[in-house]
Amino acid sequence: MPVKRANKTPMPERPAGIRSHDFREVNEGYSLAHAAFEAERCLRCQDPVCIEGCPVGIPIPDFIHAVAAGDLPGAARQLREANPLPAICGRVCPQESQCEMLCHMVKRFRPVAIGHLERYVADWERMETPLPEPRTPTRAEKIAVIGAGPAGLVCAGELARLGYAVTVYEALHAPGGVLRYGIPEFRLPKEILDWEIEVLRRLGVEIVCNVIIGKTLTLDALFDDYGFAAVFVGTGAGLPAFLGIPGENLNGVFSANEFLTRINLMRAYDFPAADTPLKVGRRVAVIGAGNTAMDAIRSAMRMGAEEALIVYRRSEKEMSARVEEYHHAIEEGVQFNWLTNPIEILGDKEGWVTGLKCQRMRLGEPDASGRARPVPIEGSEFVLPVDNVVLAIGTTPNPLLIKTASGLETTRRGCLVAEETTGQTSRRRIYAGGDAVTGAATVILAAGAGKRAARAIHADLSGEH
Amino acid sequence: MPTIVEKRVLTPITKLFRVEAPLIARSARPGQFLIVRVREGGERIPLTIADYDAATGLVTIVVQEVGATTRRLGALEPGETILDMVGPLGNAIELAPGGHVVGVGGGFGSAALLCLMRALRRRGDHTTIVMGARRADLLLLVDELRAVCDHLELCTDDGSVGFKGFVTQRLQQLIDGDSPRRPDHVVAIGPMPMMRAVAETTRPTGIPTLVSMDPVMIDGTGMCGGCRITVGGEVKFACVDGPCFDAHRVDFDEAMRRTKMYVREQEAALQRLETEGICHAG
Ligand SMILES: Cc1cc2nc3c(=O)[nH]c(=O)nc-3n(C[C@H](O)[C@H](O)[C@H](O)COP(=O)(O)OP(=O)(O)OC[C@H]3O[C@@H](n4cnc5c(N)ncnc54)[C@H](O)[C@@H]3O)c2cc1C
Ligand SMILES: Cc1cc2nc3c(=O)[nH]c(=O)nc-3n(C[C@H](O)[C@H](O)[C@H](O)COP(=O)(O)OP(=O)(O)OC[C@H]3O[C@@H](n4cnc5c(N)ncnc54)[C@H](O)[C@@H]3O)c2cc1C
Ligand code: SF4
Ligand code: SF4
Ligand code: FES
Repeated sequence: MPVKRANKTPMPERPAGIRSHDFREVNEGYSLAHAAFEAERCLRCQDPVCIEGCPVGIPIPDFIHAVAAGDLPGAARQLREANPLPAICGRVCPQESQCEMLCHMVKRFRPVAIGHLERYVADWERMETPLPEPRTPTRAEKIAVIGAGPAGLVCAGELARLGYAVTVYEALHAPGGVLRYGIPEFRLPKEILDWEIEVLRRLGVEIVCNVIIGKTLTLDALFDDYGFAAVFVGTGAGLPAFLGIPGENLNGVFSANEFLTRINLMRAYDFPAADTPLKVGRRVAVIGAGNTAMDAIRSAMRMGAEEALIVYRRSEKEMSARVEEYHHAIEEGVQFNWLTNPIEILGDKEGWVTGLKCQRMRLGEPDASGRARPVPIEGSEFVLPVDNVVLAIGTTPNPLLIKTASGLETTRRGCLVAEETTGQTSRRRIYAGGDAVTGAATVILAAGAGKRAARAIHADLSGEH
Repeated sequence: MPTIVEKRVLTPITKLFRVEAPLIARSARPGQFLIVRVREGGERIPLTIADYDAATGLVTIVVQEVGATTRRLGALEPGETILDMVGPLGNAIELAPGGHVVGVGGGFGSAALLCLMRALRRRGDHTTIVMGARRADLLLLVDELRAVCDHLELCTDDGSVGFKGFVTQRLQQLIDGDSPRRPDHVVAIGPMPMMRAVAETTRPTGIPTLVSMDPVMIDGTGMCGGCRITVGGEVKFACVDGPCFDAHRVDFDEAMRRTKMYVREQEAALQRLETEGICHAG
């Protein structure tokens, strides 16, 4: 029977003063006792609206019930059927605006900790169950997946389970997309990603790194020379935006992508044991207030910055980062400059950053997105002395592939046009999903799109549904 | 993994490798580059595609040892593999046909003129290579370069071979000289100070000049923005918008300042390599 308790079972986490100096995971994970205790809070509602908040429709009360009943294998099976990346989504989904936002408990209490439970079950599965036996494809058709981010990896896994021979082409030297180069170890240990990729390999998925479709091979060659029957495009939204303010090319200014790639993909924290350096000064400002900004500023602290500043032109309310990351950042000592608009980066004679000139803002009328428009306050300019500036103000799809492929329709913003339920693009047998279609979004949306496209490709090729 | 099939020591610090990379060899065009990584935990470094042959599937690279990664690469031997190699990256060099093209090369940049000048000459352009080095023994691939162009001009600082002086002085003579030897296009590939000097040499006459920029890169696909340079007041990503740009519009001051960002760290990496030596297993 459900037990009434107002608050979530707290997630054990490492103390802020210690964790902010290393890259080990912040959250330690529930124990079996924590998980069982939290699972008891779920009311097993007649109308489990939480499921509507989950983009892939995980049967939330059922898996939580299995946890409460001590049936972890059952819980793991239910999770994985709906979401192929549960250990990752349990950690990085913005639960507060998805499943947990709709949980009935929210009306009076705190929601059930759906994300923490999902993480617990998926971690149990990874530690306690053997990897699947290696399989070989059972169908003749070969399918190519472009990009090894969550969209591509999930699509590949689903197709391999259906028996197809799948080859994933990845531009970088390691698979994972943003999960590899963007989201830091302290939030998502790479060991989890490596395990998921090993599962895919055992399902028969071939992952070929160091191949850029549009450069190394063309999209057309995949059909004409390699005989792929269908292609899924999951190339993400990797192109970083800059502000276009003076001083952006000074030494010590980075896009968040460069900053995080040096740390995560290239392991700059291990320099000089690893070869790629990253120079982090005493005071670092990150511009923006999304997940990327939080990851960049918290990584800066871990790379040795003593003062870590977030600079954002809107207010706390408009911030798009996950609440958990925001709270962790506050605990770790990140300072937040709301309603602060950067207008110029200042440098010394040698061209190194010395400061960030800003302007105070106030909130005006709502803009097209429905968020209050920030308006500059005259004469409020001031200078934040800083050694590094990191821009985390958004990314758009990379045009490399699209530029070299004919007949692929895109939107004004450079996103691929694809049907929402199938991922079908404007070209036959070419499907797409994830950030390449939506623009920068979330892991679970990318995973969901990859899964739906896999089903649609199967229906297209076999006539089965 | 790409296997090294041939290695030649061109100068004490410059090595040529021919590497099996059939996909790159098939799609490469003159002016493009690739990115390699030579060990786990290693840096991704860009290298120009000096030559390629779709038929044999071989790609030629010429590496000048300046730091830890290029030293590790330089120590590899035929039969060994390069951990990661991705390409071709960047855009091919496009020139209007039918003119006299002068390629100016310095350091490893001379090697990059191999495939470019051969392709231009094949389509009927008049081609000259002006290659410079401090001394005769530092000139690279003299016979190979002579075979791919109409005129090869060698320049040495001490006059031990060819013209005594800088490549830009010889280039100036060509510009001032009789019409058939006057360049219609100049392509300069080499160290940034040399490319900048070439830009200043051709600026007064406005001869269209391309330079191949080599800022610090990571991914080479437009994802990090670390390779940004300013051209004509606009910010460009060298890896996807270049690497070749109009020499007269490039902000060399900024580009040269940006390549010095990690000088101290690079020295640390080199020192570490010197104390530990190159371990072939790792
Ligand atoms: C720093 C950061 C933090 C984030 N935090 C969160 C979070 O907490 N929660 C959340 O839900 N979301 C978060 N996101 C967003 C989330 O990571 C993305 O929405 C998601 O990764 C998109 O998946 P994808 O598969 O579409 O693309 P990506 O993950 O971008 O993967 C695309 C892959 O395709 C490859 N590729 C691109 N072009 C080619 C080509 N032509 N040929 C071959 N390969 C190619 C790329 O190298 C890349 O590996 C974050 C994003 C960033 C940058
Ligand atoms: C498009 C392009 C083509 C190039 N072609 C060649 C070539 O054909 N042959 C050749 O020998 N060299 C070439 N270079 C330069 C080569 O990439 C650098 O020499 C190499 O990265 C140095 O690495 P390192 O670890 O040995 O030395 P480091 O000690 O790391 O650096 C020494 C020098 O190389 C520069 N450098 C360091 N890291 C990078 C990086 N990731 N990208 C670019 N420059 C960097 C530094 O600014 C410094 O001036 C090219 C560079 C670019 C961008
Ligand atoms: S996948 Fe994300 S949205 Fe769905 S239940 Fe899990 S945490 Fe919630
Ligand atoms: S809405 Fe909340 S309480 Fe109800 S079933 Fe879903 S998780 Fe349980
Ligand atoms: S090298 Fe990363 S954008 Fe050019």
